[in-house]
Amino acid sequence: MVKRTGARSLSVKIASLKLKNPVMTASGTFGYGEEYAEFIDLNRLGAIVVKGLSITPRLGNPTPRVVETPAGMLNAIGLQNIGVKAFVKDKLPFLRQFKVPVVANFFGDTVHEYVSAARELSKAEGVNALEMNISCPNKQEGWIVFGTDPKSMDGVITEVRKATDLPLIVKLSPNVTDIGRMARVAENAGADALSVMNTIRGMVVDIRRRKPVLANNTGGLSGPAIRPVAVQMVWDTCRAVSIPVIGMGGIMTAGDALEFLIAGAVAIAVGTANFVNPVATLEIIEGIEKFLAEEGVSDINDIIGSLRVNE
Amino acid sequence: MSKFFTCEIVGNSGQNANFKLLTLQPASQIIAPKPGQFYMIQTGTACDPLLKRPFSIYNFEQNHLSFLYRIRGKGTLSLSQLREGDVLQVIGPLGNSYPEPDGDFIAVAGGIGIASLLPLIRKYRQRAYLFYGAMNTGDLVMLEETRELAKEIFITTDDGSDGQKGWITHAVKDFLGELKIANQPSPRRKGALSIYACGPVPMLKALSEITRAAGLPCYASMEEHMACGIGACLGCVVKIADKRASLQRGAEAAGQFIYKRVCKEGPIFNIEDIVW
Repeated sequence: MVKRTGARSLSVKIASLKLKNPVMTASGTFGYGEEYAEFIDLNRLGAIVVKGLSITPRLGNPTPRVVETPAGMLNAIGLQNIGVKAFVKDKLPFLRQFKVPVVANFFGDTVHEYVSAARELSKAEGVNALEMNISCPNKQEGWIVFGTDPKSMDGVITEVRKATDLPLIVKLSPNVTDIGRMARVAENAGADALSVMNTIRGMVVDIRRRKPVLANNTGGLSGPAIRPVAVQMVWDTCRAVSIPVIGMGGIMTAGDALEFLIAGAVAIAVGTANFVNPVATLEIIEGIEKFLAEEGVSDINDIIGSLRVNE
Repeated sequence: MSKFFTCEIVGNSGQNANFKLLTLQPASQIIAPKPGQFYMIQTGTACDPLLKRPFSIYNFEQNHLSFLYRIRGKGTLSLSQLREGDVLQVIGPLGNSYPEPDGDFIAVAGGIGIASLLPLIRKYRQRAYLFYGAMNTGDLVMLEETRELAKEIFITTDDGSDGQKGWITHAVKDFLGELKIANQPSPRRKGALSIYACGPVPMLKALSEITRAAGLPCYASMEEHMACGIGACLGCVVKIADKRASLQRGAEAAGQFIYKRVCKEGPIFNIEDIVW
């Protein structure tokens, strides 16, 4: 193969949102950006997705909230957050200093709370897109339904769609039988893009105490352990819908990120890797650039969805 | 100087059957730590163990970092098997530090908690009354060094195999009782004895009652399951009394708390503020 030289384009589009590269941060692993600013230049990121926000602040779960598992971790933070109002007042001004799109992740207990949070965040200067969390595994009955019951899901997305003009990303749960079906429901209800996937429910047992290690009993599994599941879920989703898909689940390296992009994801989000290595996002961006150079590809969009499936 | 750097292991030797001392040589100049701060250290070479583990700084000399650790779980076991020449990723120094003591002070160490307190005892040589409690004599480490550095040492073990048999908090209580008769210390008087503690939660909780009764300031280094160490994951929180709520709503708000991060607002907290 003849290797082309010259500038390579890493820029991608998620609905109307333009990213300088496809590397985003996964909600809940990057705080509101501040913690990482001392380790990396935030301007280099494709987008920052902030910790999930609710219309009123949440205290979160008791501890232990996290436990390591083979090549992964379980978390049950319980959506601790400062609330939409404090985010807009205290955290957004910091993020506005950077030339990087900010995606506000949000959730609610009821349709009304979802709509209120979406409306308030849409008014705020410096929020460029919304990511709707309907799939956190650490909430009890009544809430999880939004992510796993097609009818509830359709209802809540339809209402949020009416409340915002920003690009609306819906984050899907892997804890379903057919993610393609759920993806179509979200698309038809007005989602502009999908994040695939949230964590997988899991449990770790302390055998001496005969008790679950996490205070919440169960938690969401993340990290490299879940990556093959996530790649397959992204592939399934991309075949089910025509809106862009953001791939995530255990991405540690550029090679991991490329698996998702080749499987059809337009962008990717780095999650647990941020905990292990605060500069992981930059290493992944640089690794993708290097891969394009090695492969003689000048535009990342030529890589996206380039999977050659075995007949 | 970045807080994220690589180090070469220059020592990883056993102090006794349970404890090892890890010495790291950073690849570049690093920020000097303060007593009570900690580092997140890579403990394996593949994805398992995945997360870095938090370790209190034990010593920092000539740009070398050392950490005293006990082999307890997967992370420390993996770390104990690494050799000189192996290279690790390290993040730090992280968290706050022990406030400076006014004069002499009391340090209360439970087990491996000694690792966090030793930099303080070393910095303020011959000023610490060290209370060091452990399960048995095999769990007491670095005694030679501490004897040299501390003003006085009191030892207790659960089984009586070294020092006095019983809990270290009882020894602290007895000591404060005797001191009160001798000195009449007042909490408001400048130079009142401060107390610094690191150890298991039951020890810290018992100590909080003793120091409250004695009216002495006490600072405790807390521990919690931690994923990132830099404030992002919100895994390592502790309950802290919500002073704002009690100011606004008085007794009605008693027992209300907020969560603070051990890695960011801690690991050192005023023991009075902790909700057990």
